[in-house]
Amino acid sequence: MSPTELETPKLGTDLKEVAQDIVARAMKAGASAAECVVREGDEFSTLVRLGQVETLKESGSKSIGVRVFFGQRAASTYSSDFSKQGLDRMVNSALELAKITSEDPYGGIPDASQLGQLSGDLDLYHEDVYSLPGADRIDYARRTEKAALDFDPRIKNSEGGSFDAATGRKVLANSHGFVGEYRRSYCSTAAVPIAQAEDGAMQRDYWYSVARTLKKLDSPEKVGRIAAERTLRRLGAKKVKTAKVPIVFDPMVSTSILEHIFEGINGDSVYRGASFLAGKLGQKIAGEIVNVIDDGTIPGGFGTSPFDGEGIPTRRTVVIENGVLKSYLLNTYTAKKLGLQTTANASRGLAGTPGIGPGNYFLQPGPKAPKELIGGIQEGLYVTEFLGQGVNLVTGDYSRGASGLWIQGGELTYPVEEITVAGNLKDLFLNISEIANDLEFRGSVAAPTLRIDGLTVGGE
Amino acid sequence: MDESMIKSASQGISAGCGVRVVSGERTGYAYTDDLSADRILHAARTAALIASAPAKATVQGFQKSQARSLYPVTLPSVDAEISAKVELLMRADKTARAYDPRIKEVRANYADELRNILVVASDGTFAEDSQPLARMNVSCIAKTDGNSARGTSGGGGRVALDFFFGEKTPEYFARESARQAILQLDAREAPAGEMEVVLGPGWPGVLLHEAVGHGLEADFNRKKTSAFAGLIGKRVASEKCTVVDNGTMPWRRGSLNVDDEGNSTQETVLIENGILKGYLSDKLSARLMGMANTGNGRRESYEHIPMPRMTNTYMLAGNDNPEDIIRSVKHGVYAVNFGGGQVDITNGKFVFSASEAYMIEDGKITAPIKGATLIGNGPDVLTRVSMVGNDLKLDEGVGTCGKDGQAVPVGVGIPTLKVDRLTVGGTARKDPGGFMQ
Repeated sequence: MSPTELETPKLGTDLKEVAQDIVARAMKAGASAAECVVREGDEFSTLVRLGQVETLKESGSKSIGVRVFFGQRAASTYSSDFSKQGLDRMVNSALELAKITSEDPYGGIPDASQLGQLSGDLDLYHEDVYSLPGADRIDYARRTEKAALDFDPRIKNSEGGSFDAATGRKVLANSHGFVGEYRRSYCSTAAVPIAQAEDGAMQRDYWYSVARTLKKLDSPEKVGRIAAERTLRRLGAKKVKTAKVPIVFDPMVSTSILEHIFEGINGDSVYRGASFLAGKLGQKIAGEIVNVIDDGTIPGGFGTSPFDGEGIPTRRTVVIENGVLKSYLLNTYTAKKLGLQTTANASRGLAGTPGIGPGNYFLQPGPKAPKELIGGIQEGLYVTEFLGQGVNLVTGDYSRGASGLWIQGGELTYPVEEITVAGNLKDLFLNISEIANDLEFRGSVAAPTLRIDGLTVGGE
Repeated sequence: MDESMIKSASQGISAGCGVRVVSGERTGYAYTDDLSADRILHAARTAALIASAPAKATVQGFQKSQARSLYPVTLPSVDAEISAKVELLMRADKTARAYDPRIKEVRANYADELRNILVVASDGTFAEDSQPLARMNVSCIAKTDGNSARGTSGGGGRVALDFFFGEKTPEYFARESARQAILQLDAREAPAGEMEVVLGPGWPGVLLHEAVGHGLEADFNRKKTSAFAGLIGKRVASEKCTVVDNGTMPWRRGSLNVDDEGNSTQETVLIENGILKGYLSDKLSARLMGMANTGNGRRESYEHIPMPRMTNTYMLAGNDNPEDIIRSVKHGVYAVNFGGGQVDITNGKFVFSASEAYMIEDGKITAPIKGATLIGNGPDVLTRVSMVGNDLKLDEGVGTCGKDGQAVPVGVGIPTLKVDRLTVGGTARKDPGGFMQ
């Protein structure tokens, strides 16, 4: 391996050419396979607090990463420096670094036959997220906060209202000749009001709307109002006695249950045996009503892309059907380790080996309204927020700080806080007994309101 | 290193410039990772859009700050031989696997960085620093027929590579990681409900970080969004508690010669004998609140706006003997290792998750228990500290704190502490006579 002889890099706006050029250089230097990613993004954010602009941030950035293979040895490097010297150094460092890694019989980029991308417009990019003039963007943030502040005199303070917009471009090229590119846009508005009770105790909560186009963003007034309602209902919260009761998960926290399943069934955890769900393919791991889908192809979705982090077309995978584990979520490496096919869930950062990430990953809704789920419980807990990360996928042990509302006689009554919710995920997944009909995507992971029995609420 | 192979190696460089313009309480910010003069000027003009009029004060000339040298490494670890780093991982892997045949999976990783910063400001600030940071980590999974458990250990600091060949070796971290995994195989259900809790020395100091540290960051108190707002001079802890934030400890992960606004770091007393003494501030909050700047303005990188952050936060040692503390507990939990934590600074509720804990029964440490979250209320948890050990220890150098999406390295520490009442989030219900299995 000698350092590559480099020509002057062609650096136009075409990032695809840059990526292909880097791959070609690595191959010329003797690599047996190479893969290059380029990311470019712009961001704008503003925060208005108590009616005054507090921060305005606007920036653009660009970075590049390369992964090279010499046979079964791999290494990766990245840089934010697109000068000739910067790119030379990046490629040469990767070639050098590959000398110290081990032969891994399962290493490598995907077979050429697997590569490709979805065609057609996936509705991921809308110029309009930047279409508002600066003053109007600030006004969005201001209106969102104002709607929260004006909602009730007990809303006495605020961490602000915000408006954010961002666009990002991702490019991937590899030595099998794959090259792909896509752009995505986001905009969001949020409010974080603070309510104060007569005794001076404060509570904070938030609400937000996020969309790929301004047209689909909820109005500032709606976002601010919901933020205020969520905050006010926490005032006067108290502890409860330790008890085993049914628990209803608000959609804002029911997604965490799906995330735990994801952590347990992604190929990385499975091949290592770092999950109690490893080896459970074809077995019942969740309540019969549980159906979990991962679908990277839904137009406009937050988890949609034309190809995954390794250049394989995204797809729809049934993960859990009627409570039975039907498929793990895999990238090329973990699929090879397990003797399976990739599910096109590779996620690629700038450096390192590809990880595994969800597409649009969701729990299918059930027939009942959330109110009916709550209505069926005499004494129970409605969780609206978790605090901390007390989850162990190896053992399934589950223990988290929580706050929410106490259910009595089928109704939400007083707010509760400073409590814990604990159990074991093995039972928890099996004890998902009801799923409501309120599925809404507010990110790439989504779940409706759901009921779980058998957990311990820790309090006084 | 994973499955006894070096599966991946990566390195990279990022460089950039961030421009902040402050006008009253307003902040404009822009950054660029293209360091050409026109891009930097563009960032400056973008950031300046926040200001309503040209600055009234003119720059008076720059004052280069007298830098301390808290981490005088001769050869930064980023420049050290990679083969030596590989050796660390191989030794860790070998030691962990040899510890017990039930150790089936071992992952070891090593990471280092060198962060060069230059801060120049219109108030005359001109500060440079070169900040090394290194860390290694070992995680293990132990398996028996029907049972699995994990253990993890790691450490480092603003140190050179030789730290891992002398002070804290890969064998040390590997054994500790394997020990925890084996121990957890036999852990029983943790109890649920309020009870006496003894925290071991060192990393359990994450209690301070979550319960009081964040709530004492000046930005939250300026905006009166913290449960600690307006409590200066008031009792927030038992008189046995004195808590400091200290950015000046040599070689420590949370230490800095200068903060990210170019100010020297310092030792700041937050709580003295139970009385709240002060907040952690940056330039903006110090000016707006009319208080001293404590040198706690930190940021993740040039892409981020500085804000008040902790450095190394710990409680000073007390007079109690750790054995006496354990002996004083009739029924409770002894927690010695933790995962992370989190706090809602507005209502003061915080959690931290024990990863290694034991029951204390009749003054004796008995069975290991499963991981459990502990939850409490920041402004009053320290008022329930009834005993403080004479064994102050800081953590091994693994802490990373997140706030507003920005991650910065920090340190924590405590001596052995007894909290008279704290809610433990286990699954075993309390019995009048003790705990159910």
